[in-house]
Amino acid sequence: MAANNEIRYLTPLTVDTKKKKYCRFKRSGIKYIDYKDPEFLKKFLNEQGKILPRRITGTSLKFQRRVAQAVKRARHLALLPYVTDLMK
Amino acid sequence: MNHYETVFILTPVLSDDQMKEAVEKFKDVLKQNDAEIVNEELWGLRKLAYPIQKKSTGFYCMVEFDAEPTIVKRLETAFRRDERVIRFLTFRLDKYAKEYADKRRKLRAQKAAEKPAEAPAEATEEVKEA
Repeated sequence: MAANNEIRYLTPLTVDTKKKKYCRFKRSGIKYIDYKDPEFLKKFLNEQGKILPRRITGTSLKFQRRVAQAVKRARHLALLPYVTDLMK
Repeated sequence: MNHYETVFILTPVLSDDQMKEAVEKFKDVLKQNDAEIVNEELWGLRKLAYPIQKKSTGFYCMVEFDAEPTIVKRLETAFRRDERVIRFLTFRLDKYAKEYADKRRKLRAQKAAEKPAEAPAEATEEVKEA
């Protein structure tokens, strides 16, 4: 009887398996983040040029601090804008 | 002795000779203070991400040097006194940054050795874009 009561689906259920976020610096073994490469740093900025939070990029705390440092240096040297619209 | 890196932006109104003369001046400041210049890069005329002193482009120049901490202050005073410098940044490289800088320097040296004519051509292209 128990088998008949089971709910059966026509298509297999898509179970939301969340993709695990990871720190790209840890994974690829980058130890120093260069402020001279604005194109790379843009990956960590939103459209307005703000630094994205860790919960979105998945960067570890250690490297988030270094990203922030690099972005701020790049901003000071006018390699990145402080405020902008539609950066990407 | 620490390893430092300094980047400064010169106003775009200078001629090529004036620009080189200004770069030499700051290198002299370093040399006079017993700093050892490790590397020097001229990035040429680049577009600024935002206007500085109503200018939208600037000559970028980077110098890496080994020096005592007291020298940084003198160098920065020299930067502040000079009207041609519109922005500067000096900081100490930690061990990872140093590794990276060494690698970058070697890569650049390699590239320069492979294609000596390419580097200046690139620089002029940047100027045209700006």
